Amino acid sequence: MLIGIYGASDGLENTPNSPAGCLLPPPAPLVSDLLIQQRASRLGIPIVAVHRAVLTQQLDFRRSPALLHPGNLKAQKIIAADMQRRAACFWATPCGRGCSIRANYQSTTVHLPPALATGNLHILTDAMVREVRLHENGLAQGVTFIDKTNGSVHSVAARVVVLAASACETVRILLNSKNARFPQGLANSSGNVGRYLMDTVGSSLSGQIPLLESLPPQNEDGAGGEHVYAPWWLYREQHAGKLDFARGYHIEMGGGKQMPGVGTMNGAEWLTGGSYGKKFKEDARRYYGSFVGFAGRGEMIPNEQSYCEIDPSVTDKWGIPVLRFHWQWSQHETRQAAHMQKTFAAIIEAMGGRVKDGPTLDGAKAISPGGYIIHEVGGAIMGGSKESSVTNQWCQTWDVKNLFLTDGAVFASNADKNPTLTIMALAWRSADRILDLMRRREL
Amino acid sequence: MDRRRTLKWMLAASAMPLLARRAPAEGIPAALTDGAAALTAAAPAAPQGYGTDPDLTRIHHPGDLWPLTLTPAQRRTAAGLCDVIIPADAHSPSASSVGVVDFLDEWVSAPYPNQREDRALILEGLLWMDAEASRRFAKQFAELDQSAQHAICDDICYEKSARPQFAAAAKFFARYRDLTAGGFYTSPEGRKDLGYMGNVPLLKFSGPPAEVLRKVGLNPPSS
Repeated sequence: MLIGIYGASDGLENTPNSPAGCLLPPPAPLVSDLLIQQRASRLGIPIVAVHRAVLTQQLDFRRSPALLHPGNLKAQKIIAADMQRRAACFWATPCGRGCSIRANYQSTTVHLPPALATGNLHILTDAMVREVRLHENGLAQGVTFIDKTNGSVHSVAARVVVLAASACETVRILLNSKNARFPQGLANSSGNVGRYLMDTVGSSLSGQIPLLESLPPQNEDGAGGEHVYAPWWLYREQHAGKLDFARGYHIEMGGGKQMPGVGTMNGAEWLTGGSYGKKFKEDARRYYGSFVGFAGRGEMIPNEQSYCEIDPSVTDKWGIPVLRFHWQWSQHETRQAAHMQKTFAAIIEAMGGRVKDGPTLDGAKAISPGGYIIHEVGGAIMGGSKESSVTNQWCQTWDVKNLFLTDGAVFASNADKNPTLTIMALAWRSADRILDLMRRREL
Repeated sequence: MDRRRTLKWMLAASAMPLLARRAPAEGIPAALTDGAAALTAAAPAAPQGYGTDPDLTRIHHPGDLWPLTLTPAQRRTAAGLCDVIIPADAHSPSASSVGVVDFLDEWVSAPYPNQREDRALILEGLLWMDAEASRRFAKQFAELDQSAQHAICDDICYEKSARPQFAAAAKFFARYRDLTAGGFYTSPEGRKDLGYMGNVPLLKFSGPPAEVLRKVGLNPPSS
């Protein structure tokens, strides 16, 4: 409702229905999506509309503002005006390079303009935070930062300090903020800052589908990303003990005549037999758009061997100590990656397709390296006690009551869903809590 | 291409500059030795890093961000090979005519790790093409007629079936074809050749036409 997400309510166990008025209509599936859907359904794999933050129609600027900011007329007015300045997708230009019409959600283009319009936001760029300073009364009193344009050191004072520097950087700031009260790093009386770092389990496989060869030209850019996906579906099998791993994954997929890139027709010898010349050009026309790609994104269970700490000997160009990382997948993750490979190969086979080098059935080889999916979360986890976690359920650190962490660092687990929307939901909840505590003069 | 395979190919190719340096006495055109000299001169210096991203608000031309590499003789060979791989046909012009040689020159001159690996492969490979053309036909590759060019390319166009003495050249050819295709199919002419119709604003995205669905054996969606 706030950012605009397309999708559908399919009543699946993994993906509960959204309240009415939340989801925008999903874009029409591509022909490759429909073929995947037809063939995957024979394997019992559900292919449904994915949830993605792109406006397929304008946001409901008449109804939503009052629901988003009840009782706050100024906020309602600002957000309603901003919603009218975001256009619906025009089905062109790559989302990943930024969206000039603001159809694609980015925090920078969607949240900052209305926040600036309140007059209550001041943005300092090129400010590299080195540490959070602690007052002798035990409260955070602000941060010290380096102006990256000239290397000078500055401080800002604050009633409440909120770190949202991305999980690892937030951890780094905390560990670098040492003082007499917290010699192991700020808010780290539990010793848990840096621990239980997680990424997403990732593995991918692509196939070539003869049925999709030489199709008539058509515009398949679509919404610039996925239209459909497969949410985790094997609850029953897992419960019956038929799988050799815990937790689940979803499948992302893509195909179609996407904008040719520098890799188009690369490594195609296995199909072309090494053609060149006019035959190569004919082969390119034949095979372009006939590939489908599958990427699994699965849950990682936090473990004691995956953590980060301050490197004792390396600093960045500003002289600030950097992190070093330790990583180990458990068998739950590697077996899950092997299961992904088998599943993708089965779908491709069911489509009458072929895989260049076959699936990678050794899970340790099939899994992407830790950090590769860039869903790093954890490191300052939320929990029920100050001994076992770093923050409470409001992202408020147990040790310093006016210090909040509103990025992925507080994740105590990393479900297969991509983390951004959960981070935003937690941050929103935390912001409401901060306001509440400030009104009650508890902060 | 991974580093291990590139190193192997470079070792296999390392005898070639020696061959080229001896070449004039054996009647091989002098341009070939120019190529070898240029290759030596253009050998990568110790890596010094490449700083931060360029200013993307400016329009950059080839050579603005890093010096280009290919000599006129190397460009002739590069263009000749590009156009054997992607010649003009009824659908579209040849690779060299849409600027693929400029693209390749910028690519092999770039300071990034993957491009530096390609640089060694491509420069040695171009040298090999001319040496092989000279050996077989006493001309440079770009000066050969089509049947002579094909006689060489047929031996190296498919890694899987290339004879052992052509294994390294086949690896070069595979990468050169990939880069030529990458340069060509990202040009407006190349996109059009493939039938790419996207990147234009639409009021509505309707999904696949019924004709396409029928070809694949699918019924149009009911909704």
